[in-house]
Amino acid sequence: MSPLLDIDRLRLVIGRQPVLRDVSLQVPAGSVHGLVGESGAGKTMIAKAVLGIQPGVAEIISGGITFDGRDITHLNDRARRALMGRGISMIPQDPMTALNPVFRIGSQITDVLRLHLGLNRRAAVARAGELLHEVHIRNVERVMRQYPHELSGGMRQRVLIAIAFACRPKLIVADEPSTALDVTVQRQVLALIKELQAHEGTAVLFVTHDLGVVAKVCDTMTVLHSGRVIEEGSVTDCFARPAHAYTRALMAATPRYDRPADALLPVPQAVTDDLLSATAAWDEQHATA
Amino acid sequence: MSGVFLARRLLLAIPTLLGVVLIVFVLMRVVPGDPIAMMTGLNATPADIERLRALHGFDQSIFTQFVFYLENILQGDFGTSITRRQPVADLVLSRLPATLELSVAAMIFAIIIGVFLATAATLWRGRVAERMADGFSALGLAIPDFLWGLIFILVLGVMLPILPISGRIDPRLGFEGKSGLYLVESFFTGQFAAFLSVAEHMILPAAALALPLAAIIARVLKSSLGDAMRQDYVLLARVKGFSRARIVTRDALRNALVPTVTLTAVQFTFLVGGTVLVERIFGYPGLGNMAIEAVVNRDLPLIQGIVITFAVIFIALNIAIDMTYALLDPRLRHG
Amino acid sequence: MADVTSMVSRAGWRRVMKPGGRILFGGGILGLLLIAAIFAPLLAPHDPLEQDLMVSYLPPFWSAETDGLYPLGTDSLGRDILSRLLYGARVALTVAVVAALLAGLLGTLLGLLAGYFGGWVDTVISRAVDIWMAFPPVLLSIVLVALIGTGLHAVIFAIVIIDWTRFCRVVRAEVMVQREQDYVASAVTVGLSRWRTLFVEILPNVAPLLLVLFSLEMGIAVIVEAILSFVGLSVSSDMPTWGGLIQEGRLYVHQAWWLMVLPMACIILTVLGLNALGDGLREKLDPVMRR
Repeated sequence: MSPLLDIDRLRLVIGRQPVLRDVSLQVPAGSVHGLVGESGAGKTMIAKAVLGIQPGVAEIISGGITFDGRDITHLNDRARRALMGRGISMIPQDPMTALNPVFRIGSQITDVLRLHLGLNRRAAVARAGELLHEVHIRNVERVMRQYPHELSGGMRQRVLIAIAFACRPKLIVADEPSTALDVTVQRQVLALIKELQAHEGTAVLFVTHDLGVVAKVCDTMTVLHSGRVIEEGSVTDCFARPAHAYTRALMAATPRYDRPADALLPVPQAVTDDLLSATAAWDEQHATA
Repeated sequence: MSGVFLARRLLLAIPTLLGVVLIVFVLMRVVPGDPIAMMTGLNATPADIERLRALHGFDQSIFTQFVFYLENILQGDFGTSITRRQPVADLVLSRLPATLELSVAAMIFAIIIGVFLATAATLWRGRVAERMADGFSALGLAIPDFLWGLIFILVLGVMLPILPISGRIDPRLGFEGKSGLYLVESFFTGQFAAFLSVAEHMILPAAALALPLAAIIARVLKSSLGDAMRQDYVLLARVKGFSRARIVTRDALRNALVPTVTLTAVQFTFLVGGTVLVERIFGYPGLGNMAIEAVVNRDLPLIQGIVITFAVIFIALNIAIDMTYALLDPRLRHG
Repeated sequence: MADVTSMVSRAGWRRVMKPGGRILFGGGILGLLLIAAIFAPLLAPHDPLEQDLMVSYLPPFWSAETDGLYPLGTDSLGRDILSRLLYGARVALTVAVVAALLAGLLGTLLGLLAGYFGGWVDTVISRAVDIWMAFPPVLLSIVLVALIGTGLHAVIFAIVIIDWTRFCRVVRAEVMVQREQDYVASAVTVGLSRWRTLFVEILPNVAPLLLVLFSLEMGIAVIVEAILSFVGLSVSSDMPTWGGLIQEGRLYVHQAWWLMVLPMACIILTVLGLNALGDGLREKLDPVMRR
């Protein structure tokens, strides 16, 4: 069966600078796919490209993105807007700034329900209440009438998750959704995402730099460095038998509760140098005139 | 919330008001020239002058006069106009509605024009619309209200005489406005000919008053909209699938209005102050027009009354703006 | 220690010196104004007060019936408009510069005191500002001049009295920001007295901002003078003023529209230029100030 999301040799540049170098990635329907890498590796750019919100200066010069059998690489504005929020949605990174401070919580959920599902006010409000219930928010009535600044970070993130799942999309792009939260809340949020995803059968593209998160939540994964895919496969396989030195280094660098802090190792210079020269070689080989 | 907030602001306004009255009072008393002498004819004897002086209380010490004056004000007595021989309070009240109608109409114009320009410039960023909006703002900022008034008189009153340039209503219509608020009253009593006439007469002076404010609103709002469009919640709105038009006019605008109100607040009070000249230029029978007459004629009690009235309007306006600010930004309501 | 502080202010000044479009435009207008004002007696083709009823209502140079001797036409009494405009520029510029300077001095001083010393000084000054701002400026200026009497001094006095609050508020806010900066703390540690800190350390850093306010204030002064002379309350009626010319021209707007339009254009251009200058300076200085 063909994957729900199929990124095929995507090449993206900003000006003359390559950012994504022939990235290929598949997310089967209903599964959680982790996209790992250090900052600047290009993971967010991939997420944005899937959503169609990459910066104007970023240009996709070859390769494509297929979603549910449809080429969504270069959609026109109208088609894009019909897809976003409905077929594909997003869980943003920073819950403190992602919600609109001047509108109540309720309206920030009902708006997307009414836009894509055409529900009338009543039905939308009822459905929004259900959604808040599903993300384990108590006092649903009260929260619907509140403003974002009245909620804690963890609660805001739950609201954002509710918004993401609102129209029952087939794919959710989660861009480091727990990074801005403290550890205990992080765990709850991740568990929540996993729970909802399993229940609804939603596929998730999980962008993160934290391998620990990947281990907990993801089924399959892709490791990215300088816009190139270094390794991919099922999470179990990659963790048990990492094929690439970089992957191994990343795992070694991940803090674990059963290992003292001073045993953490940064990625060895040799590995980084290796990767950088490989990247340079790629650039030369694929130089656009 | 609102009740307490309002009460607090009103309470704080009192010392300011007191200060205003005091300053006005002192200024008037420091005048070179004798207003009493102006009132009397050439045949007045010194005895008459003394009597008149005592009548108006000018023979007491300044402090006593002030206390006297305050007492009277609190009973609604603002003295009697020297030139018109009527109670100042009555005179002020007779002209106040006209000025209020004009000011409110101008403010509404200004907000509509300003918001429209800023929104258009943001929606069609980079295109002609933006340039035009910017150009208009620059022009609007440089040309004060009375010059706009003169320009309008020239262009729309003389060159292309399509609008009246003086008065408040066509006197031939025989309209009798009981409330003083001609526009409102004529509308609600169904006298549409009168309504149209009043509206016609108000357009030019209101526009003259509105344009400088509109220019500032346009400029500040455009900048705030720009800031708002860069926020994460706008990104989320895009990802939800909303069109740019809706995002600008709903999600961003609502947020951008908040800083705009603070930054443009003072201009609203300038608008009211502008009625002084603009009414004069257009022969519009309002408070401002009467003010200039009073000043030229050195009618102290009347000047006092009018200045205090304006100050009260200003203070009330400031409070209204503060409340609007709290209304717009929910984060302020609970602090 | 002193080096660091003077470095900060010097960096501000260097930035200012690089001209941008708006600064050039505004500076150009100001320059023209200066030339017109200073050299009016040399540039004016006629005596601005000289009347000659034989040549009244002559149109400006673009019209067919013009007389070459009167490039911008004449008014109802046969007086040359160009000369009157040039002399009007004198009044405008004098008022603009002097009023802006004095208002700036007063407002800046009070703003410095309020912002730096805080406490009751701040409360008193801020209250005064609040009360002042409760008055409609136009009305107040008219009232003041009507009371004090007409004349250049009166007009300048009125403007200063009314608009010092503009400087005061902005300077106060800026001083309060600067007060928290490191260089102030180090100045205090070194043992500089509070007064010296205020004037020697903080003031130079506030100075670029003052330049912006000054050019904007000049624009406002020009407008207020125009308003006052329009209402007939400015300098004595002998001296031509732009506002006075507008008022005179208004009466003949049907026959000779240029009588009103030309002085209006002068005012508009001047204010546009001064605003542009202020804006351009503000833009240049903003990133520097916020550092």
